[in-house]
Amino acid sequence: MAMSAGAIESLIRAAIPDARVTVEDLAGDGDHYAATVVSEQFRGLSRLKQHQMIYAALQGRMGGELHALALQTSAPD
Amino acid sequence: MAQDVVAERITKEITENPVMLYMKGTAMFPQCGFSARVVQILSHMNVPFKTANVLEDMELRDGIKKFSNWPTVPQLYVKGEFIGGCDIVTEMYQTGELSTLLSEHGITHSVAA
Repeated sequence: MAMSAGAIESLIRAAIPDARVTVEDLAGDGDHYAATVVSEQFRGLSRLKQHQMIYAALQGRMGGELHALALQTSAPD
Repeated sequence: MAQDVVAERITKEITENPVMLYMKGTAMFPQCGFSARVVQILSHMNVPFKTANVLEDMELRDGIKKFSNWPTVPQLYVKGEFIGGCDIVTEMYQTGELSTLLSEHGITHSVAA
């Protein structure tokens, strides 16, 4: 069921190649993660659209095998 | 077909209720930490809101995800517009954007101190 932090990171990088991705396993149970993603592609997009890009990158795993992923997204300063 | 019925129900709810929250559990008894946090924020701001419990209705649970193109619950709607889930609502609360958004839509609330 659970996904590894590395797998989450690879999926995001595959879809958003320039992304700086940090994934943290919050509970140490492989099921509750927090990810910070910084990408030039986010510039000018609403948070909603930015998060939707991440969910698209995860190809349907969010809400399924990936139960909890807190997201923080931004464009580089 | 069922999806149409659910979509119709959601459209009606988000049209009739200026602040509509799709969540797990109820405002009184949230059954998920993320839903609880959004309830807490809205309550703290004294925002009048209505909730729908997706755990009571599997069709709604799947339907709202398709409707919003968003894979998780909770989901917050303001004046028929999808705002986001727990992370976005929390961030907007912290930055004051949520208060601004509510004001723009003429929804009464107390401003965080």
